[in-house]
Amino acid sequence: MIRTVQQLALRLLPQVIALAIVLAMIAAVFPGFFSFSFQNGRLYGSIIDILNRGAPVALLAIGMTVVIATKGIDLSVGAVMAICGAVAAASATHGNPLVVTLALALATGIVCGIWNGFLVAVLDIQPIIATLVLMVAGRGIAQLVTEGAILTFNDEGLIFIGGGAFGGLPMPVVIWIVFGIAITALVRRTALGMLIEAIGINRRASTLSGIQTPVLLIAAYTLSGLCAAIAGVIAAADIRGADANNAGLWLELDAILAVVVGGTSLLGGRFSIAASLLGAMIIQAINTGILLSGFPPEFNLIIKAVIIVVILVVQSPKIRTISSFFARPARQNGGER
Amino acid sequence: MQADPDIILAATGICKSFPGARALDTIDFTLRRGEVHALLGENGAGKSTLIKCLTGAYHRDEGTILLDNSAVDPRNTLDAQNMGIGTVYQEVNLLPNLTIAENIYLNRQPRRFGFTATGVMNRMAADLLSQYGLDLDVTAALGSCSVAVQQVVAIARAVDLSGKVLILDEPTASLDAQEVEMLFRIVRQLKARGLGIVFITHFLEQVYAVSDRITVLRNGRLVGVRDTAALPRKDLVAMMLGRELETEVEAGAKRNDAAGKVRYRFSGYGKGGKIEPFDMEVREGEVIGIAGLLGSGRTETAEVLFGAVRADKGTAEIDGQAVTLNSPRAAIRHGFGFCPEDRKIDGIVGDLSVRENIVLALQARRGWSRPLSRAEQDRLADRYIKALDIRTSDREKPIRLLSGGNQQKAILGRWLATDPNFMILDEPTRGIDVGAHAEIIRLIEELCAKGMSLVVISSELEELVVYSSRVVVLRDRRHVAELSGDEITTSHIVNAIASAESPAS
Repeated sequence: MIRTVQQLALRLLPQVIALAIVLAMIAAVFPGFFSFSFQNGRLYGSIIDILNRGAPVALLAIGMTVVIATKGIDLSVGAVMAICGAVAAASATHGNPLVVTLALALATGIVCGIWNGFLVAVLDIQPIIATLVLMVAGRGIAQLVTEGAILTFNDEGLIFIGGGAFGGLPMPVVIWIVFGIAITALVRRTALGMLIEAIGINRRASTLSGIQTPVLLIAAYTLSGLCAAIAGVIAAADIRGADANNAGLWLELDAILAVVVGGTSLLGGRFSIAASLLGAMIIQAINTGILLSGFPPEFNLIIKAVIIVVILVVQSPKIRTISSFFARPARQNGGER
Repeated sequence: MQADPDIILAATGICKSFPGARALDTIDFTLRRGEVHALLGENGAGKSTLIKCLTGAYHRDEGTILLDNSAVDPRNTLDAQNMGIGTVYQEVNLLPNLTIAENIYLNRQPRRFGFTATGVMNRMAADLLSQYGLDLDVTAALGSCSVAVQQVVAIARAVDLSGKVLILDEPTASLDAQEVEMLFRIVRQLKARGLGIVFITHFLEQVYAVSDRITVLRNGRLVGVRDTAALPRKDLVAMMLGRELETEVEAGAKRNDAAGKVRYRFSGYGKGGKIEPFDMEVREGEVIGIAGLLGSGRTETAEVLFGAVRADKGTAEIDGQAVTLNSPRAAIRHGFGFCPEDRKIDGIVGDLSVRENIVLALQARRGWSRPLSRAEQDRLADRYIKALDIRTSDREKPIRLLSGGNQQKAILGRWLATDPNFMILDEPTRGIDVGAHAEIIRLIEELCAKGMSLVVISSELEELVVYSSRVVVLRDRRHVAELSGDEITTSHIVNAIASAESPAS
């Protein structure tokens, strides 16, 4: 047990360091960064803001991590967010109760995920192409649902999901943290994690060992669809309306980036959801930090790109070889790499 | 520094350590001009590591390398190639989608006005290959040629590029007898031209057929250097193993008598385009050997039996009950296990640990919702690491870092952990050193004595003769003969494989 905790700490170390450095840099430019205040029963502050704004990407990263671990990728999550947000908004304007609205939105995400999984696992289409289908078609579907307009709603329950607070924390933060813990427990307390890693590393050998590869692949994409649905509901609730064109736009790329910054290889295999969530927070911290520091907005994307390149270079195996050369005598450690 | 003009490559005091293991411990290795020098040792003895240090793929910790009496320090394989050390690996590492000529002159194509002069290049390639007695269409894609031809093309490229030292790392592992002979003719020809050739193989006959001297490594240490002619085979094996091998061949020790009732009956079983329908009965506690040349349908038979390829004809029965074996999962549910021929592609899950690889099939059978606890996993892994003598510093080591024989044992362990009744082993001893080889044969006999039924595919006929109670012979994707009892001898099997018209069983 102690060993597993040590391994986990070692696995998360690069992401924790990267996050700490990014936060320290922001604090240097913007002194009030770490201050909190407590008003109307909830916490306010830049850190809380990062956790809150990062919720959609964090949720997407959970599903994306599992999909990438199977050696796949899910490009459709941004579009699925738009569809599910549209479905939730349409249901709310229809006057359905909150439970029905949520059930419809989540079911829509699950159906989208099953569709992706079916293309990948049964028809054996390359994941990048298979999910590209829904990425392109998804916004069309979302527009059909909203009938081309931004569909606004006034359902208090739904709005609470985007803007409410629970235990002092904004609802989106509570949702992604709880969901992240739940999914981590699901894959690590059962054998799912190992079986998914096996599929990602060697699908044929896994099948020959009796693993139900198609079922697990469909499950992975379904989880990704579900994550996108939750993120879509949060995004819609946040603006009290569904915007088929812009909801979740380009977020699939941020989600993939979060997974990569989290150190999970795009070639599949070993994965860590916690590391991806840290990755998502690193990305959001960069976004927020650039806004706070008052750089002209034109620079934002470039600065973000530079910081991410630095993080990725620090993680690259070549750099690790070099640094372990300087860190002699190299400690022998099996670990999760 | 004594300058012996005869010595082309001299490595002295080579050391190389990896975290947790000393892979090479002060190894000396000398190679003369015009000599074929066999480098032998069990899996994990350090052969590959030594080669990688010589070719710059690894950086050695200590030691000097003299090439033509001047110290060299290749930083990478390209560097070594330019200095004159060329290497040909077991898996040909050329580009199958390019033509033969393009492969030979890749990266150094003859040019005219900055464009590749294809005509010139093809002529040069054809000339080069004709020196090796090969008359080939050099514009054909390399992938369309046999592995043997690909090997020769790789050798031609390596010699043309480097031309002093040629390292052949298990070049014959996937060749048949004729192709091996062709390769050896080329090796002798190159030797006559004065090249120093390092030859790594697991086939002892080939060592005696072609090599002049032998260097034996064991556990990263140098055991000795001998002239091939002066080293009896028994002594060589003893050098490699560090002990006398009690049971190399215990021919005819065990026969049909132990076998019980028929448990598995396959009738008219087959798959269109893969393997013609065949009948097979497997009894409790017997080993069915399957013999045949590469491409005769051996592997296809195994895959159909295991459900990896779905049979489209015939029926399968277990203990008289009809069963459907339409997937590996279904077969595993009925107590089947399958060690595939290509363990890198079909067997190991490289990045997972030895422990995870061993528990994989059992965990898959239990389903994801009933995980084996970490303690159970550790116990299973330790049990099979010990029982099968899997050499690994740690059960958490990624399995891809183990040597071939140890990977094979881990996969055997994976199946034994599921407590199977019926095991299909496809070339279980291929590419494995003598020691592990004997252990696997012993294991097959043990499992059989415990009442397990086995189907074993092997291209080593002596081995089949030792443990099979019946031998099925395949040719052209058809089961053409079945030998049993005293008929099981290597010469009978060879005759059955070679005979033009099937005598049928």
